[in-house]
Amino acid sequence: MIRTLLSGDLPRSKALAVVLALILVGLAAAPFIFPGTRSLNVAAKVAVFILLVASYDLLLGYTGIVSFAHTMFFGIGGYGAGIAAAKLGPTWWNLALGIVLALLLSLALAFAIGLLSLRVRAIFFAMITLAVASFFQILASQLSAFTGGEDGLNFRLPELLRNRLVAYYTVFALSLILFLVLLRVVNSPFGRVLLAVRENEFRAEALGYRTVIYRTVANCLGALLATAAGVLYAVWLRYTGPDTTLSFAIMIDLLLMVVIGGMGTMYGAAIGATLFVIAQNYLQDLMKLASDATKGVPLLPDLLHPDRWLLWLGVLFIVCVYYFPSGIVGRLRR
Amino acid sequence: MRDWIPLALIPAVALLALPLVPSTPTWVTLTIAGLAMGMMIFIMASGLTLVFGLMDVMNFAHGAFISVGAYAGASVLLAMKAPMQSQSLVDNLGAIIPGVLAAMALAAALGWFFERVVVRPVYGDHLKQILVTMGGLIVCEQLIHVVWGPDLIALPRPATLTGSILLGDAAIERYRMLAVVVGLAVFFAMWLVLNRTRIGLLIRAGVENTEMVESLGYRVRRLFVGVFVAGSALAGLGGIMWAMYQESLTAGMGMQVLVVIFIVIIIGGLGSVGGCFVGALLVGLIANYIGYVAPKLALGSNILLMVLILLWRPRGLYPVGK
Repeated sequence: MIRTLLSGDLPRSKALAVVLALILVGLAAAPFIFPGTRSLNVAAKVAVFILLVASYDLLLGYTGIVSFAHTMFFGIGGYGAGIAAAKLGPTWWNLALGIVLALLLSLALAFAIGLLSLRVRAIFFAMITLAVASFFQILASQLSAFTGGEDGLNFRLPELLRNRLVAYYTVFALSLILFLVLLRVVNSPFGRVLLAVRENEFRAEALGYRTVIYRTVANCLGALLATAAGVLYAVWLRYTGPDTTLSFAIMIDLLLMVVIGGMGTMYGAAIGATLFVIAQNYLQDLMKLASDATKGVPLLPDLLHPDRWLLWLGVLFIVCVYYFPSGIVGRLRR
Repeated sequence: MRDWIPLALIPAVALLALPLVPSTPTWVTLTIAGLAMGMMIFIMASGLTLVFGLMDVMNFAHGAFISVGAYAGASVLLAMKAPMQSQSLVDNLGAIIPGVLAAMALAAALGWFFERVVVRPVYGDHLKQILVTMGGLIVCEQLIHVVWGPDLIALPRPATLTGSILLGDAAIERYRMLAVVVGLAVFFAMWLVLNRTRIGLLIRAGVENTEMVESLGYRVRRLFVGVFVAGSALAGLGGIMWAMYQESLTAGMGMQVLVVIFIVIIIGGLGSVGGCFVGALLVGLIANYIGYVAPKLALGSNILLMVLILLWRPRGLYPVGK
């Protein structure tokens, strides 16, 4: 049963299995074991980001392409749900309409970007996605009549989802299901071909696989799932805006999560996202303590200032790329 | 550069804009503004494209070199209040030249450190290069916050470079003219080095075919360190110029400019300095014309230009053979 659910991709390490079980139980029982608005927000963010990071890992870890437009698709999902609910009214039909349009837009954009640049080189794709994503970000803040500009959009949800508990479990269940779908995809024959493309494009092509097609499909799939994650996040926050969905800071967070957790394993995405979101919310408190404790020492309090937490994660990121390319999961599986 | 069509695009765009802009003096102002912007972008982008052409390394941390250069230069300029406010150009230059030198020196030192420590272990692996240099960009941005503080810093221009001069009816900002002059100087200096010196010959040969140059007994690696450091110094120069143009600086400025730089490099053809020059001027001019004629479209004009150029020449204006 579990083997089928996990598509045969078992954790293969006791420590990893324990960590994953803890994350799953923690998220499933979050409203009861961690009461309070802040911790529930953290739990929901973890659930959404596990899905988002996993969909990014499909591109970065499995297919070996670096995209900087992943938050763009995340944002399209958020704005799709947000604009529909805010401008057309909070009914199920409107929400569904917004979601479907967002998915279609993401699919079309991912396909167009892939067609334009995936046949060239990894580096080209990275640069083009960066340019397109920054353009999209500007677009969202310019079309303020539509998107609420820099302030974003607050919106109301259909009756049922206004209950926080129902909303949380909707987000949790959908994230879990889509994560398992991703696990299914990467362990299917299609996923094997993606690995082959990553490892040796020339050989994969020689074996008769059209690598451009496989890459484009992976790109579209990643985009669709990121859009879904965006919808879930917007539904949870009942808000969508540039800072929660489109900003480049989130793109960097995603990169950090994938690499620290472990590229090329879906479980790495789960661990990376959990660790990162918790660090984002609680590490700063810890750093404030350390910063206060080292007062008087030159420079050290500044380096340990709570706002500098990204500095240390950045260093960890570089160390990970050099010395632990398979991240935490790779360590645990050894 | 025997292929003259891309070069002809620059005057073509300028002439095309002439009937669209209501008055000729405005057109002159916009053209100079566009050229100035393009020159500054070229200064920042040229090092990056050359490094890519020579060693196949795409350095996302180039944005950090720009920011660091800007901050280093600004520290010097802000420390020299008296010569900056003086009405004599000589006094102003007495402040600007040390500032620019500081910017270039610190950016070059950072570039050298980066090449040795961060980039060297990941030659030949694009994926890791992107990740590692991106990580470097994050760390550098955060370190700028640590050293210079997180707030926006205002950087007034020196007294003789503020305001504009009238050329007929057209008002032209003095600083922009300086930017055009410096940009042209950098371009011609680069052109001379690349086309008239032995080192330039080796660099061009290295871009065409690295292995062949190595097999002839030249150490392309050493050459590369030199190009990397020089490119970083240019990033620092561009950074301080851009900061004076904007009259303010933030740690994130490098990242913001990096997007435009990437567009310029893609337009020009990855690795081509000439293409980078043409691309930068095109981007600068079009951004200014469209910003005046249809402000709503301005922000998308770069992307639109890139798509059009790629549809016409999928590998950029001047593709480098590799």
